Amino acid sequence: MTELYLVLSFFILLNLLAGIVRVLRGPTLQDRMLTAQLFGTTGVAILLVLAEAIGVAALRDVALVFALLGAVAVVAFIRGASSPDEDQPEPGSEPGSEPGRGP
Amino acid sequence: MSILDWATAALLIAGAFFFLAGTVGVLRFPDVYNRLHALTKADNLALGLTVLGLMLQAGSWTVVLKLLLVWLLVLLAGASGAQLIADSAVRAGIQLWERR
Repeated sequence: MTELYLVLSFFILLNLLAGIVRVLRGPTLQDRMLTAQLFGTTGVAILLVLAEAIGVAALRDVALVFALLGAVAVVAFIRGASSPDEDQPEPGSEPGSEPGRGP
Repeated sequence: MSILDWATAALLIAGAFFFLAGTVGVLRFPDVYNRLHALTKADNLALGLTVLGLMLQAGSWTVVLKLLLVWLLVLLAGASGAQLIADSAVRAGIQLWERR
């Protein structure tokens, strides 16, 4: 059983490495972003299988952190990719927007 | 190997197959939106089958719940991340691929 786990985790690792081709070739920034998502999910799968194979239960917690970091990484990419004029104006920075001012 | 071990092996091999399908989709599909399709479908399904197979081998209920939690988090992250990436692609003006 342990051999099956190790072979499968190595196979999933090969899939992860194949995703690097998309990072290098992907013509747009969004292609590279989605490959980051692929890395996160395959990393989670490898960690979970290894946790079962070698019996280190802490790897499941590491997989949990990977899943959360994957979500945060995509949001950070999007924020970095969006142009500044799409941001919402700061509340209170527009003249006359403060509450309590009578006509 | 017991019947539980055979079931785990079958589920894990199916999950690995879907990881391969997802990677092939990301590498071979013609534009960003198609690649997002391949990525999220295969990732949810592949990780789901892998987690299901590992749940059968778990020693206690806390491990089962932790595995389930990891899968749900990856589902949520994948779904919202795919929507954000697609929105960013539309804003950047990336056209849908047409069959020529």
